[in-house]
Amino acid sequence: MSALTLTMKIRLDQRVDMSPLVCQKLEGLSMAEIAAIELQNGKRKIRVDSLFGIKGSDTQNLVIQGSFSKLDFIGKQLDGGTITVNGDVGAYLAQEMKSGTIKVKGNAGLYAACEMKNGYLEITGNSGDFLAAALPGNKQGMKGGVVLVKGNVGERAGDHMRRGTILIEGNAGDYCGSRMVAGTIAVMGQTGRYLGYAMRRGTLLLWNQPQLSATFNDCGSHTLAFLPILFASFKSLGSRFSEESEAFNRVQRYAGDMSEVGRGEVLVRI
Amino acid sequence: MIINGVTIDATFAEAFGMKATRVIITAQNEKWAMISAQAMTGFATSVIACGCEAGIERTLLPSETPDGRPGVSVLIFAMGGKGLAKQLETRAGQCVLTSPTSALFAGIDEGVQIPLGKNLRYFGDGFQVSKKIAGKRYWRIPVMDGEFLTEETTGRVEAVGGGNFLVLAKSQPQALAACEAAIEEMLKIPNVIMPFPGGVVRSGSKVGSKYAALGASSNDAFCPTLKGMTKTELPADCESVMEIVIDGLTKEDIDKAMRVGIQAVCDLGTENGIQRISAGNYGGKLGPFHFHLQEIMA
Repeated sequence: MSALTLTMKIRLDQRVDMSPLVCQKLEGLSMAEIAAIELQNGKRKIRVDSLFGIKGSDTQNLVIQGSFSKLDFIGKQLDGGTITVNGDVGAYLAQEMKSGTIKVKGNAGLYAACEMKNGYLEITGNSGDFLAAALPGNKQGMKGGVVLVKGNVGERAGDHMRRGTILIEGNAGDYCGSRMVAGTIAVMGQTGRYLGYAMRRGTLLLWNQPQLSATFNDCGSHTLAFLPILFASFKSLGSRFSEESEAFNRVQRYAGDMSEVGRGEVLVRI
Repeated sequence: MIINGVTIDATFAEAFGMKATRVIITAQNEKWAMISAQAMTGFATSVIACGCEAGIERTLLPSETPDGRPGVSVLIFAMGGKGLAKQLETRAGQCVLTSPTSALFAGIDEGVQIPLGKNLRYFGDGFQVSKKIAGKRYWRIPVMDGEFLTEETTGRVEAVGGGNFLVLAKSQPQALAACEAAIEEMLKIPNVIMPFPGGVVRSGSKVGSKYAALGASSNDAFCPTLKGMTKTELPADCESVMEIVIDGLTKEDIDKAMRVGIQAVCDLGTENGIQRISAGNYGGKLGPFHFHLQEIMA
């Protein structure tokens, strides 16, 4: 069975809610039924076959070709299966994703991986603000799984994050790890201002010395035994995080945010 | 059956079902991993009074351990799941947590999950950190030499304890030399431990005693100094008997260990004073696992 491939036919002016097109909802549907699914497009609805050319039949392996930045909610609540997107995506990519794999060969908009529960999300380009964050008003962001961003991420990455791992090969914007409850965010590039603002627990693992707030206290340099295990878990990702030369276990440890619980840590490679 | 002049008795060892787990101790170097493992497996020769039977299975190369440091794998056996969990926790807390540079990991993933660092974490007094990596939860507990890293749980599996054989020899040095040769070979078999000191027990027991308070007492039928006083099992010129007890994760593992052990003893043969190989049992009524010596050596 070849992958169910949706190829963009037209570029719409209004945004499209792609949440009906997840593997578990497509399972067992005929091609005609998939073609007839209606997607919210601005204030109107549009059939899948009006928007996409449809090929293939493996609903557990969905490919979206020619995607662009107005396709929102791709992979929302995905529960198993694989979604591959060629092109940019809009906001709320992989929102509340439960399991499975999403790979985006392009850039992602706001709130990618927000409140994600488990699974694996890979973005080869950049990601917007509030990566893996909680939706406005909610108290818990990402709760599990792994997010790999090969480019840069915007502000507030991991806001209210509860559990899981975010790997950023590029730079992170201001307020990275803000209000973090737990989990791990690793940033190979530079980080912005207000790193770990009001974080309670969790780990920010950095390759470069950040600009730290006065509410983070230096705990000295250490060799930490869990780091080799953490890096070993990245081996299969096909990322710079998988490279042996990037792994380390010597870090400078800063504890914070002392204006909050103060059980979080910023670990900087030394 | 006679192998190299050594008689293999037509008898069997009788063994019991136990619960077991494996843990992996790592440290800065093999020396300190071994020190920690030896402490953890100390006073764990017999469930009769120790609460568990534990031993070092083998040393591990850095490439074989979760954190890439030298390590030692330890097997712990107990009669029940609760007893095993309690022994594991107290031994981990007193012998591994305390040991410099150590880290502690599960050696068995499957089976019922029992606490490893799950409760030890409270030693961190609120400064402990949880990390869930590749589906496994670890605890980083701050200690004075840095951090003690431990996995939250380890797997408990069904196992077999009490496989054994007896070595009858003309002299005490010859019995000990034969047992040492056996243990050297048996240590190469995975999934088994020989829990007694150096793997050898010289005070094999029988069920019951003339003293009401004791459930077990010296196995007089195999005590050479009692040959003229009791219903002995020993030939007239036998001066010493030693026993090797084996606990294993499966019956097949114990089979293998007994085979290589008995073979090593028989290889020494009559010229080295080895007379017979026998085994301890309770008439076959107590233990569900029977290890027939002649079948094993066939």
